[in-house]
Amino acid sequence: MPPFVHPRMPVLLATLFLAAALGCAREQAREGVTIRMWAMGREGEVVGELLPDFEREHPGVHVVVQQIPWSAAHEKLLTAHVGHSTPDVAQLGNSWIPEFAALNAVEPLDRFLAGSASTPQEAFFPGIWETNVVDQVTYGLPWYVDTRVLFYRKDLLRRAGYDAMPTTWAEWRRSMERIKAQVGPDRFAIFLPLNEWNPPFVLAASAGSSLLNAEGTRGAFQEPAFRRGFEFYLALFRDHLAPPINDNGIANLYQEFERGFFAMYITGPWNIGEFRRRLSPAMQDAWATAPLPGPDGAASGLSMAGGSSLVVFRGSQHKAEGWMLLEYLARPEVQARFYRLTGDLPARREAWTDSTLVADPAILAFGEQLQRVAPAPRVPEWEQITMKIRERVESVVMGGVSADSALAGLDRDADRILEKRRWLVTRAHTKGAPR
Amino acid sequence: MMPSTRRQERAGWAFVTPGLALIAVFFVLPVVVGLVLSFTDFDLYAIGDPSTVRFVALGNYLQVLRNPEFWHALRNTFFFVVVGGPLSVAASLGAAMLLNQPLVRARALFRVVFFAPVVTTLVAVAIVWRYLYHPRYGLIDHTLAAMGLPTVDWLGDPRYAMVAIVLLAVWKNFGYNMLIFIAGLQSIPEELYEAADLDGAGAWQRFVHVTLPGLGPTFLFVGIMTMIGNFQLFSEPYVMTQGGPLRSTTTVVLQMYEEGFRWWRIGTATSIAFVLFAIMLAGTLLQMRMQKEHES
Repeated sequence: MPPFVHPRMPVLLATLFLAAALGCAREQAREGVTIRMWAMGREGEVVGELLPDFEREHPGVHVVVQQIPWSAAHEKLLTAHVGHSTPDVAQLGNSWIPEFAALNAVEPLDRFLAGSASTPQEAFFPGIWETNVVDQVTYGLPWYVDTRVLFYRKDLLRRAGYDAMPTTWAEWRRSMERIKAQVGPDRFAIFLPLNEWNPPFVLAASAGSSLLNAEGTRGAFQEPAFRRGFEFYLALFRDHLAPPINDNGIANLYQEFERGFFAMYITGPWNIGEFRRRLSPAMQDAWATAPLPGPDGAASGLSMAGGSSLVVFRGSQHKAEGWMLLEYLARPEVQARFYRLTGDLPARREAWTDSTLVADPAILAFGEQLQRVAPAPRVPEWEQITMKIRERVESVVMGGVSADSALAGLDRDADRILEKRRWLVTRAHTKGAPR
Repeated sequence: MMPSTRRQERAGWAFVTPGLALIAVFFVLPVVVGLVLSFTDFDLYAIGDPSTVRFVALGNYLQVLRNPEFWHALRNTFFFVVVGGPLSVAASLGAAMLLNQPLVRARALFRVVFFAPVVTTLVAVAIVWRYLYHPRYGLIDHTLAAMGLPTVDWLGDPRYAMVAIVLLAVWKNFGYNMLIFIAGLQSIPEELYEAADLDGAGAWQRFVHVTLPGLGPTFLFVGIMTMIGNFQLFSEPYVMTQGGPLRSTTTVVLQMYEEGFRWWRIGTATSIAFVLFAIMLAGTLLQMRMQKEHES
């Protein structure tokens, strides 16, 4: 030690430091807690309107919302995590949760949930809740939900001899054949954009496929269940019931729907508003929504479990306050207000008794579908695998590859992508402790 | 004398040190770190828990070289370099020679017009070009149909998507090389043309024997810069087609971006970067060799 430092200097310094730190802490308590929240897109714009009530209920807690565009959100969150500058609370697309759980970026919520009477798990749609659970640990609280249903032309369906949308695959398929027979070679029964992995996913899930094996370490695409859904899907293109094009091949979806280029389309809740705005008044009585048919009737017709959840970040200094905010935003009445502000469908089932939701027949199909939604496999690699599904679908429909070799290829792709995960799982097993 | 040179030397070092330090921190260090990472399987799991990083030696490189997608991407990139490069240089030279004619009026205006695409945001350009390329409503197919020719689904057909990207990129970028060529043309002494005229040379002979040799160094510069730029093709396919359809417009850099910043397989992404670096280095050396042989 250099001679000019007094032997007791470190002790003195430590005391000073401690005093300073305590001073800070006291000051913070006096000034209150500031929760930093990141929210995306439209949600980020309007969530601020819900917060004055929260702050009134929790004097001393202040929430600062930062809006983030969806297109930049994923990268920004990851960069923030690597740079140790994550917010306290954030909105996450629920398909991102496995990734942020693997990154160790988000706080498990189980201990908060156990002590919370106002947010029972049963109050949420089960399929949606599952998207937040990775390896039995809950990382997110559902905020709003999203799924896909059929939008269809009632008039075209009626001309084909159907008063309502069929509920079984066999009958659904027959209705499409009849529509096709009526509209001729230049028009189609259904539009399934080739660049969307969702339609083959929901059809395979309805047929009972889990897509990956139980541990999520290998693909299960050659299993009979996936094959069944995949072949139903491919046959729609082979038999010219669906045009072999992607989103780019359609200039204006709404004009084409009105013109009768296609009679059915699988899409999400935002299009209810768009259809009302963009279709002509004459067309307004001619379209409707319906839950997806299933291979064995309505009960087996699954759709995707989409939407956003709220998470608390591991790096947060105010996790308890952050959780209080999550709890508040999940209240039925707050969820209903949020729906009226954004049009985002509430994750909380009680909020679905709200009059604006119940009065709208187009939305009711979504409410029904949400009872039957399937979460995608909860592995961080899933999005990468969806790209492969897209590519393999394109290779069959446009490249003339056989369904068998596409499925074998998909399993190979998935096994390659999941190699690290297999290694991690084996490592966890040999260590005897789950990760 | 001695002490003064040493002092000068020291002063010299003092002046370059900040620059060298910046280069070391922002260039050398990242490249070295990238090289190290390319021998590991650094990925999303490793960001969460560094203990999951595995040293894979040349594993990433082997995997990249064995991956048919990489070769597909390389083929697309070579197509762009081999077709797009000469086309772009030819367009630049043609425009430069037209603008260099003494007869041309409003020369400054044309120079601005031709240069405007270079400085326009690609995203804005892409919106317009997507309309031009649209198979049902686009101007290009409309014209083809009016002339009785078959129409093409430019961005949706895997056979034509890369051609569409080449056309867009040539249109977008030829203005830059055009300016350099104009500068090169202006540095060719007028007397040479006069002498060629007196010798009875025609326009084509003047072009081959006076203009082209006079532009030699300019050609080397434009050729190498265009090639390097073309090997790094990224934004055009990224905004126009996202690499599709059927990966027909996925370039090496686009694949690298996907590996690195979409799937967070940093190890694989850095190894692609070094493979591409080696290819570009070889291309540059080849061009310099060819130029030297041409000169001697």
